[in-house]
Amino acid sequence: MSDAALSSPGAVRAEAPPPLLPLDVRSLTLQLGGTAILDGVDLSLGAGGCTVLMGPNGAGKSLLLKVLHGLMAPSGGTVSWNGAAPRAATPRQALVFQKPVLLRRSVAANLDFVLRARGKDRDRRAGLLDHVGLGHKARQPARLLSGGEQQRLALARALATDPEVLLLDEPTASLDPASVAAIEAIVGTARDAGTRILFVTHDTGQARRIADEVVFLHRGRVAEQGPAARFFPVPASRPARDYLDGRLVV
Amino acid sequence: MQNLGEAFALALSLVASGDPDLLEIVALSLRVSLSATALACLLGLPLGALVATARFRGRGIVLVVMNALMGLPPVVVGLLVYIHLSRSGPLGFLGLLYTPGAMILAQTILIAPIVAALSRQVLEDLHVEYAEQFRSFCLTRRQVIGALLWDARYALLTVGLAGFGRAVAEVGAVIVVGGNIDHLTRVMTTAIALETSKGDLPLALALGIILLVLALGVNAAVQALRMTAARSAYV
Ligand SMILES: Nc1ncnc2c1ncn2[C@@H]1O[C@H](COP(=O)(O)OP(=O)(O)OP(=O)(O)O)[C@@H](O)[C@H]1O
Ligand SMILES: [Mg+2]
Repeated sequence: MSDAALSSPGAVRAEAPPPLLPLDVRSLTLQLGGTAILDGVDLSLGAGGCTVLMGPNGAGKSLLLKVLHGLMAPSGGTVSWNGAAPRAATPRQALVFQKPVLLRRSVAANLDFVLRARGKDRDRRAGLLDHVGLGHKARQPARLLSGGEQQRLALARALATDPEVLLLDEPTASLDPASVAAIEAIVGTARDAGTRILFVTHDTGQARRIADEVVFLHRGRVAEQGPAARFFPVPASRPARDYLDGRLVV
Repeated sequence: MQNLGEAFALALSLVASGDPDLLEIVALSLRVSLSATALACLLGLPLGALVATARFRGRGIVLVVMNALMGLPPVVVGLLVYIHLSRSGPLGFLGLLYTPGAMILAQTILIAPIVAALSRQVLEDLHVEYAEQFRSFCLTRRQVIGALLWDARYALLTVGLAGFGRAVAEVGAVIVVGGNIDHLTRVMTTAIALETSKGDLPLALALGIILLVLALGVNAAVQALRMTAARSAYV
């Protein structure tokens, strides 16, 4: 092979793919069992930072994450990760599920599995476990961990894939205050290192702490999207106002 | 014919003294049925995993056939293997008829569908739970199947034990293709059938006791595996 072929533009592009962001979502719909769960979602995410996705139970937050991550095909509309289809973007993202699914193995083996499957260095396991505070639990069966510990292992597993976009579905829902702070710090570190964060939470205090931007989802639509500094003092939409005041019922 | 009490006492002394004829029969039984179980797992597990993780046209029919084959009558399997292995049959040149090899082949055919069908069910249930997470990890089919086989290891061991239990207890297939030849193809079940019909109850009873103990042992092993798995939440 000639030097020219090695340094062709194609080869260079293969080594450094274009960034995943901006994300552009237009008129996204998702029909399940005859009802439109997502009903015309319009959303844009720029590069960098932490966007918090809020909204009442059943608004469609979890399903929206799955569509963006390429796990569910939308019924209509478009999702474009800087031109890439969601399914093509999946390997460059990680999703921490609302209910994490852990393998029937030890904590360490759960991490090893992902590291090996994704061709990562197995030596990173100990560092990742320490990072989420599970270093002392490495030998334990993963499914005997407490709910909060399982969430932390799921987060470590997601970080193990070096995602460019990290999608988190209520990762601190069952955690004690210290663990919540720990997770927020870990996510903050990832964000500062350039990982794009999309974080679902019902915890308004948490949203205020971590959000650069807020997207408010209501009945399968984006009721409001804006910078956190503007959203929390003066929410523009009625559903968001009611939600923040603790008055919004689906 | 001796009276029953005497026969039973004799049987126990045969077992206790480690009678060489008895041991030879037991050893051959174990060799044949363990080999058949290993081969059936080699065939049945990948097949079960493939069907569990794949969606294709005619899958429903495949499932029905797999489940139906679980109930294959041993004598019919014996007969089919016999026809193939007999001197004029398509596999006659192998010279396997009336050898342990023929018995292993027949039992493999008998229990491979059991392993395939039961493991398919186990692996499919697990796959339903894991599928979304695995798609998020972007795993290859091979990685998915490997992970499912490992994570279902306890359940699959009990599937293997179920296959072994069926093989070691069946008589129809091994008697047709093995012929119950002394010192060559005589296993526990065929010996029991023959010795009972000859009226030699002590040997038949001794073998019966061993078979029962084996059956109990297999069940105890299954139970112990379940408990071990449950302790680590690995079920
Ligand atoms: N497979 C499905 N088939 C039909 N409806 C579904 C399915 N999955 C979810 N839904 C419905 O879609 C709606 C949105 O679900 P989703 O899980 O996205 O809500 P959410 O915003 O994440 O809520 P929560 O805050 O409680 O987690 C719910 O009303 C749910 O009942
Ligand atoms: Mg949800």
